Amino acid sequence: MAQTFLDSTELVLNMGPQHPSTHGVLRVILKLDGEKILGTECVVGYLHRGVEKIAENRTWAQFAPYVDRMDYVASVSNGLGYCLAVEKLLNVEAPPRAQVVRVILTELNRIASHLIWLGTHALDLGAITPLFYVMREREDILNIFEKYCGARLTTHAFRIGGLQYELYDGFEEEVKRFCDILGPRVDEYEELLTVNRMWVARLTKVGILNAADCKACGVTGPLLRAAGVKWDLRKAQPYSGYQHYDFEIPTRSNGDSYDRYVVRVQEMRQSARIVRQAVDRLEPGPIMAKVPKVIKPPVGEAYVSIEAPKGELGYFVVSDGSTQPYRVRVRPPSFINLQAVDRMARGALIADVCAIIGTIDIVLGEVDR
Amino acid sequence: MADQQKAEAKPKPAAAPPAAPKAPASMAATPWEGELTRRLAEQFPDDITEFSTYLGQSFLISRPGAAVPIIEFLKLEADFDYLVDVTAVDYPNRPERFDLVYILYSFARNERIRIKTRIPEGFKPESAVGVHPTANWLEREVYDMFGIEFANHPDLKRILMPDDWQGHPLRKDYGILQMDNRWVKENLGIESGQ
Repeated sequence: MAQTFLDSTELVLNMGPQHPSTHGVLRVILKLDGEKILGTECVVGYLHRGVEKIAENRTWAQFAPYVDRMDYVASVSNGLGYCLAVEKLLNVEAPPRAQVVRVILTELNRIASHLIWLGTHALDLGAITPLFYVMREREDILNIFEKYCGARLTTHAFRIGGLQYELYDGFEEEVKRFCDILGPRVDEYEELLTVNRMWVARLTKVGILNAADCKACGVTGPLLRAAGVKWDLRKAQPYSGYQHYDFEIPTRSNGDSYDRYVVRVQEMRQSARIVRQAVDRLEPGPIMAKVPKVIKPPVGEAYVSIEAPKGELGYFVVSDGSTQPYRVRVRPPSFINLQAVDRMARGALIADVCAIIGTIDIVLGEVDR
Repeated sequence: MADQQKAEAKPKPAAAPPAAPKAPASMAATPWEGELTRRLAEQFPDDITEFSTYLGQSFLISRPGAAVPIIEFLKLEADFDYLVDVTAVDYPNRPERFDLVYILYSFARNERIRIKTRIPEGFKPESAVGVHPTANWLEREVYDMFGIEFANHPDLKRILMPDDWQGHPLRKDYGILQMDNRWVKENLGIESGQ
């Protein structure tokens, strides 16, 4: 008997690019057998702006604000990575006070990024309330950014060699007050979610990625730590003085979506811990290293990476000795982590795809650059 | 763009000293020696042309065909189990036009190294997907941006640019305002995106 299309159990379903759970414009093509996923393919590039090409046509300093537009919910981390990379080429180091301020702002930004992730991830899975709660705390962080540098989202807070602005009056108290309220507020989220039966059921054993798979796919950040690998660049290869702070690397062992949730929640608490210590370390001093007005790094190349909220964010910078970068390559954690979605989704149900995409914590601005 | 190419074309300052002291035209790297380089030199005697360190970061330069075997050796024998990044740099005035750069990290050693190869236009380097699955999207991006085709890649197609786009944007001879006018006209229905 001839085969007809009715004999086939496979169905190809297109999800996105306009889909609320893809957090931007990501298209995922799903191959299904009933509700079971046989395979996925991601189509990315809808937000491609050619950041790396722009870099080659700007001066080293002019390019700095552009990096904020990649991962726009963690723009401070992007800026820190770029500044560190160029400082490496120039062989200068930011003064101690600048480093402490950098740590404070970067960790606050990590909290803000995780808050946004938590709110939207919960929203994807049908829990609306956490979104309003996390926005409340995030607002406090964005207000601090706004008071410090005038911008809330794409902050351009750091400069090559240090900082442009001195802290405003009352910064320390405001940051400390925020750290004090964050703990109880995170308790509130946990009350809503951590032991919530629906939350646990939607996330446990969903999107499992074990340590070996993580390494094979180059997956870093909370996904790797949820799979039991105690690896964080802030500890492994400290930068900006992270070796002076006392904090833990939260890890879990199952590598499923629930563990990633737990790891990120714990990371927020640890970040607040770092911020508190950093505020106490603030000492008067210069905030800018001796950097020439016209930045011309000597011929050479360097790769510098930091622990961004999403994973290892790296910059491979090449200088030909001129005022413009010869090449700036961004190693985007979202892009590389997204590649693992196929391994995580195979065998899962179609309703889990939202959970799996959400649990990676991608920002399409960074995936596509 | 123009002065970048000029800087690239400039020969190394051989005899005529310029008025102002200029930065050297090549990277002031120092040799990299250690247990790992000895093993690599033993394993790949003819394939590795240089072991260097610059700003405390170690890299080696290999012949084009040897990059993937070296990466595999490092993964299996030296614990370099994490391929951080694959990227390229375009030097249009050089006979081997592209630098292909692999960045490797070892969790066990907490060490990061780079493998660099110089490849001419049209050369098809072997894909590293068989060794590190991460390389899949990374090599697709290199292909998309530079037009370097990887041999035996499972799914080599553009990733960030549209599938039928003409040209490879991160090549140095691709202007910042340049675009595929045919694509823009057909798909966006406008004369120009500028």
